[in-house]
Amino acid sequence: MNYLLFILAAVFVNNYILSQFLGICPFLGVSKKVETAAGMGVAVIFVMTLASAVTYFIYNLILVKLNITYLYNIAFILVIAALVQFVEMFLKKSAPALYQSLGVYLPLITTNCAVLGVAVSNMQAGYNFILSVLNGFGGAVGFAVAIILMAGIRERVEEGDHPAAFNGFPFALITAGLMSIAFLGFQGLISVSEVVKAMGL
Amino acid sequence: MDTQAIIFAICSIGGLGIVFGAILGYASKIFAVDEDPRIGLVQECLPGANCGGCGFPGCGGLAKAIVEGKAPVNKCAPGGAKAAAAIAEVMGVTAEETEPMVAFVKCVGTCEKAQNKYEYDGIDDCVMASQLAGASSKACAYGCMGLGSCVKACQFGAIKIENGVAVIDPEVCVACGKCVSTCPKHIIDLVPKKKKVKVQCSSKDMGKAVMSVCSAGCIGCKICEKTCKFDAIHVIDNIAVIDYDKCKNCGMCANKCPKKVITGYRVEAPKPAAPAAPAAEAPKAESAAAPAAEAPKAAEAPKAEAAAEATENKAE
Repeated sequence: MNYLLFILAAVFVNNYILSQFLGICPFLGVSKKVETAAGMGVAVIFVMTLASAVTYFIYNLILVKLNITYLYNIAFILVIAALVQFVEMFLKKSAPALYQSLGVYLPLITTNCAVLGVAVSNMQAGYNFILSVLNGFGGAVGFAVAIILMAGIRERVEEGDHPAAFNGFPFALITAGLMSIAFLGFQGLISVSEVVKAMGL
Repeated sequence: MDTQAIIFAICSIGGLGIVFGAILGYASKIFAVDEDPRIGLVQECLPGANCGGCGFPGCGGLAKAIVEGKAPVNKCAPGGAKAAAAIAEVMGVTAEETEPMVAFVKCVGTCEKAQNKYEYDGIDDCVMASQLAGASSKACAYGCMGLGSCVKACQFGAIKIENGVAVIDPEVCVACGKCVSTCPKHIIDLVPKKKKVKVQCSSKDMGKAVMSVCSAGCIGCKICEKTCKFDAIHVIDNIAVIDYDKCKNCGMCANKCPKKVITGYRVEAPKPAAPAAPAAEAPKAESAAAPAAEAPKAAEAPKAEAAAEATENKAE
């Protein structure tokens, strides 16, 4: 139950896009169609979960041991970039169908700061391995939820009657702001620190 | 202690980099996917300008589509017949001949001919300027704005702005279609390169409105429609439109056009007394027709036209 609450907190309460404002670039860039937004969302879920696992080991087994934790940004970026490259090659060979459907979004994730953000926040909160992976997974699901919702809204607006001056990005930015306000309603629903405390960590 | 920290930092991050590099390098060999070697061969036959005129993402995208059979071998317009033949050889099929096309600006409203509503002093870009209220500084709402969005879009340097109107060099143009999709006024069209008779106006306004703003505009008088013997030119929405499948390049409509907005006339409309000189603007390709057109100098107008038509038919 506590683990479920922890994931829900990562998805809704601490939504990386709408509450912490990370990963805005892909959020605005690939939210024109629900289909592509879903592709991006799945790719992010895949990479972010893996990245939080790998960065956990890199941080605790290398950076902490050598007392060079101040280098975490460089190390994490390196890890994420290499990981994305590796995953791309692996998928191309072993799961061409998945590779095709993720398409160009897989390499694009390298530049998604939410992935780095998840790794950094795991580190700063001092989560253990399981919590790190769950936080990465939950954060990525939150990203997917936000970007798919956004794409749905944008598709509807494109079809509907709206002032021409709001075409494209002006409307996207206003929508993002309104969605963010709506997501603020989740604040206080789940307290992450108390959930973690209840798990005895 | 300090030196130790530096060494640790360099070695660990450097080591991570080397390890990841090694893993990726090894993985790229293990996970190498066999691609169809024909993709590379086809790509070599393409011009490599990545103009995107075919609708695929660059030449690589088209090469892949051709090998997969999703695109015909002659899909590349800039490459033309030469590239199509080379690709056909790689693919083991025969290429169908495609008619070479060329982009053409349907406006000759130069600074002297077309009037201005106001002095435009904004961003030098048609797409930007077209979003302003009033849309164009030209009094004609359909005319070329002359700010050169098409010039920027053209990767082949085929477009120039001359005297306020875009002019396309047909020898340089490869018909990639970039300018056609860029022009906010939609006045650039792809037309068959062979066709010399083209309407140089896009105005859908009524005759009087056109005359009041531009001395080089189609007034929709339908004289061309009545003149054409091949049913190839029609006035639709107050603008003459040529059906290039039916047009025989005879240039009769161009001769008769009172506003001279149709290109491709070969003899000046002959006057009974003065001898008709060969048209200065007659396209070079028809130089063969010129001597024949000179012959019936003193002849009546219909005869001169008939002679021109006869030579044209022979040339075909």
